[in-house]
Amino acid sequence: MSVLVKVTPQEYEEMNKKIQPKPKLIRNCAMAFVVGGGICLVAQILINVFLYLGIALKEAQILGTTSMIFLGSLLTGLGLYDSIVSLGGAGGILPVTGFANAMVSPAMDSKKDGYILGVGAKMFSVAGPVIICGTIVAFVMGLGCLIFR
Amino acid sequence: MDKRVGKKTVVFQNPPEIIGGYNVVGPKEGKGPLNAHFDYVLPDTYYGKKTWEKAESAMIEMAMNEAVKKHKLAADDIDYVLAGDLLNQNTTSNYALRQIGRPFIGMFGACSTMALTAAVGAMLIDGGFAGKVLCATSSHHETAESQFRMPTEHGNQRPLTAQWTVTGAGCLVLGKGESGSGQGATIHITAATLGCAIDYGQTDANHMGASMAPAVADTLLGHFYDMGTGPESYDLIVSGDLGNLGLELLKELLDKSGFHTLDNIQDCGCLIYSADQDVHAGGSGCGCSAVVLSGYLLDRLRKKELRKILFVGSGSLHSKDSLLQGESMPGIGHGVVIEVMDH
Repeated sequence: MSVLVKVTPQEYEEMNKKIQPKPKLIRNCAMAFVVGGGICLVAQILINVFLYLGIALKEAQILGTTSMIFLGSLLTGLGLYDSIVSLGGAGGILPVTGFANAMVSPAMDSKKDGYILGVGAKMFSVAGPVIICGTIVAFVMGLGCLIFR
Repeated sequence: MDKRVGKKTVVFQNPPEIIGGYNVVGPKEGKGPLNAHFDYVLPDTYYGKKTWEKAESAMIEMAMNEAVKKHKLAADDIDYVLAGDLLNQNTTSNYALRQIGRPFIGMFGACSTMALTAAVGAMLIDGGFAGKVLCATSSHHETAESQFRMPTEHGNQRPLTAQWTVTGAGCLVLGKGESGSGQGATIHITAATLGCAIDYGQTDANHMGASMAPAVADTLLGHFYDMGTGPESYDLIVSGDLGNLGLELLKELLDKSGFHTLDNIQDCGCLIYSADQDVHAGGSGCGCSAVVLSGYLLDRLRKKELRKILFVGSGSLHSKDSLLQGESMPGIGHGVVIEVMDH
């Protein structure tokens, strides 16, 4: 706290709220729809190609997902995926390509710190919490299902 | 004569001269509106090094070496080097100083480091402890991102309040004020007001302008009271890296504390990028105020477009861990008065 500034932290919070820029909600939602939808469209095309090649539906879906993980990782490595997300927001984060980005980007950053204590230790710094929380939530939901079914 | 004035200010008896400066910036900054005021623009952010950390260290080393060379000095003429940066344990400066070979005072003032080193450097000189000192600092967008936020290639949408860390290094050469350049006018640091850590409970690392604005206001008000001046006494009051939102808050804080600023208040974070560079709230980082001061502001002072400025570096004194532990972000502002003196 400052004795010279004649504004209390509470008043400052009010001032701060007033100057917050308003995000362009409609534009952001539209971009998320286009980018997220676009990624899903690519995945669907891939699955259809695999089906056309005579692969069974279940395998074709798995192949589609892994192909998307590959593409997400590749685009991250080429330095393009962060631009896609800055355009599409959640549309780029939520698909599996976003998860690939969350794994590959810390790996790239920590490569300079060595493969074991660098990449090995820090690769999960972004995706790790998601995996842990996801597992816990899945466990709780599963427990709920078991009890209330 | 007592050099202390009021509670926080020192007025120099023989105002140390800013002999000159040198700055290095990244490609993005080079495309900005201050392009003409940069000494060297890096072709890419790696600068031929394997990691961004090494590139940043090379940048500050280059800024220091070239600043010395540009003003026809030798490394031995420098009594102290005051330098700091944003990375853990001031790594960037520490490693750069291996090559410089002069006594080194590492300083950390977060993004206020340029003003902090300039103020302390001026004190060393006017105190009679040094003839010439280097004051240098740097920041690098990519190293700061991975230190404070997310991995560089991680996709996320930056909030509109976020600022863009400047890739840049700046160095000032301060001397005793007898350079005898014969140019008729020289630039001097005439006073300094060092700031206190001020915490208004801000916790958003993507809105640092808000954590720093009260600290800058506190330093400015302290300076005005100590010196018996007001905003109108300066051609320009320029804050370090509050960004456009922080600057707006600063103006309102000053207004509510009884000092009305006109259009003679600016912020380095607002000056360094243009609106179409997609940086949201403006520039930040130690390099931001360092390259704006050592380039644009010094150039304008040399041309006498500005004769007296109050430069207040602003820093947010948090770490990634302190925020995870639920701490808020204290801010700090260090001010120096820079004046053109005719001979």
